[in-house]
Amino acid sequence: MTEARDPVIAVIGAGPAGLRAAETLAAAGLRPVLFDEALRPGGQIYRQPPAGAERPPAQLYGFEAAKATRLHGVVARAAGRIDYRPETLVWSLAEGQLDSVGPHGYARLAYDRIVLATGAMDRVLPFPGWTLPGVFTLGAAQIALKAQGVALGRRVVLVGAGPLLPLVAHQLRKAGANVVAALDVTPFWPKLANLPGMLALPGTLAKGLWYTARNRLAGLAVQANVQALRVEGKARVEALVWRDAAGREHRIACDAVAASFGLRSETQLADLAGCRFGFDATTRQWLPQVSAAGRSDIATVYLAGDGAGIGGADAAELRGERAALAVLEDLGRKVDGARQGVLDRGLARHARFRRALEAAYPFPSHLLDNLPDDTLLCRCEGVSVGTLRDAVGRCEVTEMNRLKALTRIGMGRCQGRVCGQAAAELLARACEADIAAAGRLRGNPPVKPIPFRKIEA
Amino acid sequence: MTDAGLFQRLVERTGRVIVLRIDGVPVEAREGDLLITAILLHRPSLRRFEFADAMRAGFCLMAACQDCWVQLADGRRLRACSTPVAEGMDVLIEGPSHD
Repeated sequence: MTEARDPVIAVIGAGPAGLRAAETLAAAGLRPVLFDEALRPGGQIYRQPPAGAERPPAQLYGFEAAKATRLHGVVARAAGRIDYRPETLVWSLAEGQLDSVGPHGYARLAYDRIVLATGAMDRVLPFPGWTLPGVFTLGAAQIALKAQGVALGRRVVLVGAGPLLPLVAHQLRKAGANVVAALDVTPFWPKLANLPGMLALPGTLAKGLWYTARNRLAGLAVQANVQALRVEGKARVEALVWRDAAGREHRIACDAVAASFGLRSETQLADLAGCRFGFDATTRQWLPQVSAAGRSDIATVYLAGDGAGIGGADAAELRGERAALAVLEDLGRKVDGARQGVLDRGLARHARFRRALEAAYPFPSHLLDNLPDDTLLCRCEGVSVGTLRDAVGRCEVTEMNRLKALTRIGMGRCQGRVCGQAAAELLARACEADIAAAGRLRGNPPVKPIPFRKIEA
Repeated sequence: MTDAGLFQRLVERTGRVIVLRIDGVPVEAREGDLLITAILLHRPSLRRFEFADAMRAGFCLMAACQDCWVQLADGRRLRACSTPVAEGMDVLIEGPSHD
């Protein structure tokens, strides 16, 4: 005799996708376990300040305040139907079980189904001086403002290759930060050419144009088509030097630089789960393969939100709910077919918008051409671009894991999360091979550093 | 100027004052500050880079890059961007170099 019990559903990540997934599962009468690395729910996009640093939602999230507030209330509204575990890192995953560490120490959970909503981080590309104190990601500039009400410096330069750039410029300016320049490393004309495609989501497009217009009115025009970057300084950032399309160099005195080049999916747990990956030629990243409904190729594993390919916060909400409906359907529960249709049509619109947006902000591969040998590539281990080129020349390395073994690139605390994509690009260049042939770094537990004392506890 | 703090507070905070130490020097933070904020409001960097003569100040602020792990005098190592500051934290930045 087996005892009837509710299936254990784990949801990893409490951003828009994870919160919507958990909410949908709870509404269907299940009690999902929601793991959140952060102190409070919201993810990075709707990140909440720590206790003592709160501010009104309209100040923190602007146009998105209502969405943010709604998502922040998901756990409370579920009134115990969501087993919410904040400050808890899922650091390992295997068939049917996961390992976590949090305020109550080390724990293992056996699950029947798991929804991975692990989100994204900035896509990082190296340039000379990028490891100096004072160089951060664009996302970091936004988090510093939202979570802490601080600017990264007194003279801040922003560098981007995506819609985050005009948004962060607007937010920082409005909060009183001294943004001395905003540089876009992608050309201007693809943005015009792809306006029709972006009309798939007119509201989102209008907001982007509004931020750009407000920045211009305030005298902050985004400089497009930046060809090369270099940060100068002895012990800290002193200036950013950039080259324009005509080959002229420009030097801007500053004490902080926030630079990143689009977003990349956080896929390490999907890798540990054994999901099949495919190379996405548009974003030049390996991604777990996922159906429109959020099913991976493994029956117990579902994927939602930016961790399964960048789609943005609004799409993440839809994908979270859609994946939860797929879980319910696969468990034999009755699901609302009309609601599935609404979500699927919404996601199709987001997909059309995303294709146009990716074309408007093409991957800035020119930044990786002609990088000096002494530019650091792996910031954890301090390994240079020249070391990668030497390894290729001496040992005929052609694949990422072999490169890691020989050079320590991607072997540090971040597990290649930061440098992995650039390393693959540079490896492919050095080998004169296709980027897909460079492969991807294998994930290894723990996906982030974990303290021994908590394991002992 | 080279020793001045990196971060600039844009939103004044009125919460409880929290005193921590950085290399033995007491400095003030506010309730709600993350450890990275508490340090970088006063200093340009938060740790020595272990493989070269260089300093680091964190990078992603979202607990992904692992660049901001700091050492406390009591032996604890903390990721400064995901740890709220607490009274009496004793941060070591200019420790002995590791070469």
